[in-house]
Amino acid sequence: MKTKNLILFTLISSFFLIFIVSIWKILATLQGLNIQNFNLGIIFIFGLLISFANLRIGKKIKIFYKSIIFSLIFVVCDGYIIQKLPLWYNTGIFLILYFFVNKINKYSFADLKEQHSTQVIFFDFLTLFGILFFSFVILFPFYMMLITSFKTQIALLVNPLDFSINFGQDFKDLFKSYFVIFKSYKFGQYILTSTIVSVGTVIITLIFAIPAAYAIARLNFFGKTFMSTSILIIYMFPAIVLVIPLYTIFSQLGLRNSIEGLLIVYTATTLPVAIYMLQGYFKSIPKELEEAAILDKLSWFGIITKIIIPLSIPAISSVALYVFMIAWNEFLFSLMFLDNPNSFTLSRAIQYLSGDAETPRQYLMAGSVIVTLPVLFIFVYFEKYLVSGLTAGSVKG
Amino acid sequence: MKDTLANTEKKTAYILTLPAVALVFAIILFPIFANVWISFKEVELKDIRIPEPRAKKIIKSISEDPSKIKILYKLRNSSLLQEIRDVSFQDKFPKNFKIEKLDPRCEFKKYTLKCKFGNWPAKYRENFQVVFETNDSSNIDKKGLKSTKPKLNGTSDNILLNTDFTLKNFKKVLFDNEFVDLLLTTFYYTFFGTVGSIIFGILTAQMVNQKFYGRTFMRSVLLFPYVAPVVALAYTWELLLDPNSGTLNSLLINYQVIETPINLLGQKYIDINILGFDFKLRLALTTVIMFEIWRYFPLAFLFILARLQAIPQELYEAADVDGASPFQKFFNITLPQITAVISILFMIRFIWNFNKFEDVFLLTGGASGTRTLPINVYQQGFAISDIGMGSAVSIVIVVLLLLFMFFYFKLLGKRVDEN
Repeated sequence: MKTKNLILFTLISSFFLIFIVSIWKILATLQGLNIQNFNLGIIFIFGLLISFANLRIGKKIKIFYKSIIFSLIFVVCDGYIIQKLPLWYNTGIFLILYFFVNKINKYSFADLKEQHSTQVIFFDFLTLFGILFFSFVILFPFYMMLITSFKTQIALLVNPLDFSINFGQDFKDLFKSYFVIFKSYKFGQYILTSTIVSVGTVIITLIFAIPAAYAIARLNFFGKTFMSTSILIIYMFPAIVLVIPLYTIFSQLGLRNSIEGLLIVYTATTLPVAIYMLQGYFKSIPKELEEAAILDKLSWFGIITKIIIPLSIPAISSVALYVFMIAWNEFLFSLMFLDNPNSFTLSRAIQYLSGDAETPRQYLMAGSVIVTLPVLFIFVYFEKYLVSGLTAGSVKG
Repeated sequence: MKDTLANTEKKTAYILTLPAVALVFAIILFPIFANVWISFKEVELKDIRIPEPRAKKIIKSISEDPSKIKILYKLRNSSLLQEIRDVSFQDKFPKNFKIEKLDPRCEFKKYTLKCKFGNWPAKYRENFQVVFETNDSSNIDKKGLKSTKPKLNGTSDNILLNTDFTLKNFKKVLFDNEFVDLLLTTFYYTFFGTVGSIIFGILTAQMVNQKFYGRTFMRSVLLFPYVAPVVALAYTWELLLDPNSGTLNSLLINYQVIETPINLLGQKYIDINILGFDFKLRLALTTVIMFEIWRYFPLAFLFILARLQAIPQELYEAADVDGASPFQKFFNITLPQITAVISILFMIRFIWNFNKFEDVFLLTGGASGTRTLPINVYQQGFAISDIGMGSAVSIVIVVLLLLFMFFYFKLLGKRVDEN
């Protein structure tokens, strides 16, 4: 039993080591290092040896010295004897090994004897593996988007794996793609259009949604339940089904290629979500405040502007942020309704740019960075307010 | 007294909800009915433009006589297909203008030129010329003349409003050889995308539910693909997967995993040999599904995480006392607690994936075996420019969707009864 656990433990930890070292090697390859072989076998054997030796030594040597010794041995073999690699790469490997030894240090022979110890170890490593795997899988495309926008066409053709950025170069050369898309592709104007459309959508949606949500949350009227269930059904309805009739109607009314047309459509599509989220919050406001206001002969308008809105600023701002993000990210309607480059939104402009096969991809990526940054910034900065709204299903997609 | 109060309450409620309801009705519900209408018609993209009478005003001075001026109107029917009936024309002039020769179709009254041109057939063009004389022979303000634009009006048939109906579109959609393939592709895309995103959602939620350093940061990072604009993400993936200079192919060749690049987004099938069985994998479709899973698992993650955090800790403590293993705890405590969330998630994601357009459109444009029903709406309506066909496909989508919704609410209703 003990040997079986021991073997499983060393195997799992070695595979984990292989995984983290491989990620580091991939990232190093993308910095232009000529790494053609992962040397998986050698890392695997090292993993086995280190985890076994770690168990053997146990607490006889201080963890700090133990980690440094193991890491140094690995670094010398991997980065100097097998293949000579630069210092920054080896520093990374050293830190990875240091981290790894610290992780496996908490297991001892005694732990391995315990019930379910392999499953516990398996879950521990699975969590670690998951954190690294998902961080890598998610952040890698964003990382590539960012660094590609700083490269030049020629550099990418010479070595498609060299994504290292030379920070020593001129500021103008570094941000060349950004200058170009602002100068020759009018991205300044697209940012302006996108901002106007998104902010406009937020304002109009709130003006329409707050009274409606208040009525649904507080007042009794015929058709109230019908209305609150149909909000959900309408929310489920796909945009692709609306596209053809809206296209024909908008063409005949001359609303295509206009900001007004987009504003109308975006407002209508975000209204159900906004009403749904707001009415949930309005219901949580104590009724007594309004009753006092009615005694003070305040009108409905007064109640909404003087009591409801000041009390629900957090909810309203989170709805506003959502509607902004939806409108900013929207692509389908802007593809259908806009075909004049003067009225493009950012998303539509990037898609238009990519339609030309000659467009260098670093321009495309620079555009992508510009359209992504505001959304990610808003999201990270206001994360606390936004996550609860996300569970309420506010971003449709 | 009470009655009137209830009445005013009702009235206010209607006033407060009316703007939102009207807008949603006009932009979401009305188009769905309009879709039914259009789907029974033979309409093409070029038919939907309403024919307009147009005039271009050109001002020419007559060199011998500065008091005279010639104005040329280039008149035309904007439509190449339809006639315009009873075209009327109107243009204003300064007060010192006198007309020299009046066309029999026109009259000049109160410094306004009014004409009735009758019916214009399709492609109609005419150069209409008027000469004016100023009575005080002063200089003529050409810019001012140019800035007043003539007004033209006319009536024409709107192809969308007549009552010719046909079943041709539905026949074409449903009995087309590709329809089964289309349905299957849509089903694969929807089903595997949904299942995949839920599995990844469970894994990540289970992971973030544990305590580790940087947990809140991890939670934000996991939501990045869901909140970032689809355009940026799709092009980044395209760049990574590109067969010629894409990073993934370059890496794999560099590490000698493959010899020739794989066109992950442009190749319909790939032969795979597992345990001696050869089978064909739909490569481009698989890649698109991968993108879909990558982009939408965060939603599943959030829902499941919220549920996991609500599971009472006593359950796990009791299981620890009984000596349950981590696997047993997961399958016997966690999984039963999240089945309700998963069943709702499955339906939501199924409906949304079924209608997903942007992702596939941006990645492959529907080529190499990735044509789903929503892509077909676009291709029929805008690439082939057959609006009627596009509408018919969207009606098929709506019908299938209503079926899903029916089962969804039945399921939801059942769940509510149980609680």
